[in-house]
Amino acid sequence: MKNKKETEKRTAEETANKNGVLRKLFFSTLYLSTFTFGGGYVIVTLLKNKFVDELHWIDEDEMLDLVAIAQSSPGAIAVNGAIVVGYKLAGFPGILCSILGAILPPLIILTVISYCYAAFKANFVIQALLKGMRAGVGAVIVSVVYDMGSNVVRQKDPLLLAVMAAAFIANYFFGVNVIYIILLVAALGVVRTLYRERGKDKTI
Amino acid sequence: MIFARLFFAFLQIGAFSFGGGYAAMPLIQAQVINQYHWLTMGEFTDLITIAEMTPGPIAINAATFVGNQVAGIPGALIATFGCVLPSCIFVTVLAWLYTRYRNLSIMQGVLESLRPAVVAMIATAGILILVPSFFLNGSISFAAGNFQIRPVIFFAGALFLLRKFKMDPVKVMVLCGAAEVAWESAAKFL
Repeated sequence: MKNKKETEKRTAEETANKNGVLRKLFFSTLYLSTFTFGGGYVIVTLLKNKFVDELHWIDEDEMLDLVAIAQSSPGAIAVNGAIVVGYKLAGFPGILCSILGAILPPLIILTVISYCYAAFKANFVIQALLKGMRAGVGAVIVSVVYDMGSNVVRQKDPLLLAVMAAAFIANYFFGVNVIYIILLVAALGVVRTLYRERGKDKTI
Repeated sequence: MIFARLFFAFLQIGAFSFGGGYAAMPLIQAQVINQYHWLTMGEFTDLITIAEMTPGPIAINAATFVGNQVAGIPGALIATFGCVLPSCIFVTVLAWLYTRYRNLSIMQGVLESLRPAVVAMIATAGILILVPSFFLNGSISFAAGNFQIRPVIFFAGALFLLRKFKMDPVKVMVLCGAAEVAWESAAKFL
């Protein structure tokens, strides 16, 4: 009798917990998506800030893996990022919550704007706001890159440092599509692992 | 019929825009202008401007904008649904594979080398936003009138608030926007 009550209490708690996660997921992605000016990577950095640094629901290495998944799938990176985080935290219900949170703001804002575009474009306050926000967006990204980059540097692995530099040069200076960079680097990872394991076998 | 067309046009855009953002633009152009004539080239240019000014991915913004133009709000919903459906499927499958096989050494090797590459690509995105913000004509040159000192000050201030006080990044961004509004208003009315 007592046991049954306890299990009931526990499942009730679990459901409450799960609903809490879903609610938090929805409102976080909604809030972040409302402020993803300047492209998909902004939401990636915001997601990292929220779920890694603030809530500690995901660790930093895992976040980078999730970003890689978001990157290598077709579609908008902001939406992909929201999906992958939603899946990781709460499975399919998580996906639904985070995707809804991610697409609602652009859906509403663009619907409004498509009916009063001229007024929007000419508005002085909106122009200035957007211009000023760019510097802030840049700072947010730089801050996250510093955190993530120093983690890579700390590993003191020359190959990883070379990958970081080469990927940056290819992407920034030569505009190589990220999907090629990801495929190439993934192949490099496979080769390296095979090489290492062969080495291990020999020493044994 | 128009709903089916909207759905499939944006399904294709969603399914083939690897690399996000600007990679999607030629696809949107091919579907929306060349094939279905839903927008003129001028409207498409406007759309890109709006998409850059407003939050949200360009493909989602395009879906909403085109859907609204062609078939009102239901059109916007259908087009957006078409656009995110491929993402849902691909990302879920990859995420499932990741959680299932992440402990395999080969997967570890791949992920280990991907991490620095991801950092590099995020860095690129940051620079692509900052350069046109600091330099008026979008290229790095310190000719008079091209280099803007105010955004650099905002950038430094924002970085300080983020690193030193761990301030919420969204608040930092809005603060920068508000500072620019205040500055320009003062310059205009004083």
